[in-house]
Amino acid sequence: MGKNLSTFTSGLVKNNPTFVLVLGMCPTLATTSSAANGMGMGAATMFVLILSNIVISLIKNLIPDKVRIPAYIVVIASFVTVVQLLMQAYLPDLYNTLGVFIPLIVVNCIILGRAEAFASKNGVWASALDGAGIGLGFTLSLTLIGMVREVLGNGQIFGVDLWQGGGALIFVLAPGAFIVLGYLMILFRKLTAKTK
Amino acid sequence: MVLVLFSICLVASAAVAYVNKITTEPIEQAKQQKVVAALKAVLPEFDQTSEATTVDGFEGVYYSATLGGEIVGYAFESTSPNGFNGNVKLMVGFAADGTIVNIEVLEQAETPGLGTNMTVVDNPLLLSFKGKQAASVNMTVKKDGGDVDALTAATISSRAYADAVARAYNAFKSVTTGEINAYTSATQLKQQEGEAKCDGTACGGCTKEEAKECGNGPHGKCGENCKHK
Repeated sequence: MGKNLSTFTSGLVKNNPTFVLVLGMCPTLATTSSAANGMGMGAATMFVLILSNIVISLIKNLIPDKVRIPAYIVVIASFVTVVQLLMQAYLPDLYNTLGVFIPLIVVNCIILGRAEAFASKNGVWASALDGAGIGLGFTLSLTLIGMVREVLGNGQIFGVDLWQGGGALIFVLAPGAFIVLGYLMILFRKLTAKTK
Repeated sequence: MVLVLFSICLVASAAVAYVNKITTEPIEQAKQQKVVAALKAVLPEFDQTSEATTVDGFEGVYYSATLGGEIVGYAFESTSPNGFNGNVKLMVGFAADGTIVNIEVLEQAETPGLGTNMTVVDNPLLLSFKGKQAASVNMTVKKDGGDVDALTAATISSRAYADAVARAYNAFKSVTTGEINAYTSATQLKQQEGEAKCDGTACGGCTKEEAKECGNGPHGKCGENCKHK
């Protein structure tokens, strides 16, 4: 159990996909203009990541080495399509905001990376935990970036006004994403370095 | 090898097909609900709306609303392609007498925090139209000589918004009078004007040589440009 737990928590801190592995930067920068958007993107990615990790670790012995990447991509793409359809049906507003970034989860390197690096070498249970850990790490990071950008840029948090009059608009625009990500990364490194 | 990949694809596509089947209906419903909610927001009180209808000279669809069998208003789904980042799609509601009741943004991909303010409650753009007689509003932004208050730092988005409303009003005229009016956007008008003047002949107070210099650009207000040069 201790090993499983560490598999799960490593995704949150030691292998945090955003601040440590620095994977999946495209959706990270593009969809975190508000906390809710970041969270939605993170949750969608986590869903795909857990399921694809489970399926890939289940069928890892059936797949010949030469075609493993196409096989992974088929699995991942199917789950992404499923998420896309479900979101369109039950969360149309979120779907409209995230737009093109939902289909792009297919090429998110976190998912393919975990399939290749973890799920193809480990059991089902461990892979599911790894997916959950990394997915949750990704979701929390995206939510955090989204929150900071929303507060600084619009004076809101999860769409609720903190104060009147908005903020520095640059944080909602693309450059703000880079600035916030950079500073959060510094902060994250500093905090985790101390605990070592 | 091929067989394995083939069977994976087969299973995957079967699964996707199944999800597609069960979500088709909710997706349709979600879209319908959005339209109904927008109609309620932009029309005067009504008890029935028509199916989506089209009219010549208008790219979108419109709905006519009735209360007790009498037409009380029309709502137009109007799209302007001139947004900062693609289409701006609005639902524009008119009362039967041509008053703009309300406008709802259906789709936009404008810059967050600038152009997206067009979706905010009672933003200056909306207030330029809301409750006014459509015929009395010059539907271009103030910068271009119209009556529309633009959003701060989002003139292009505001132009697209005004353009979409103007398209809707044009269609409203076509529907209510029965005369089909082709729509020309303000940008197109400006371009035509520029081309007509700046074809290399003397125009707008500048000589032939100067006119050649300013070319046929889209900002071809020949007189102004030539004075600068």
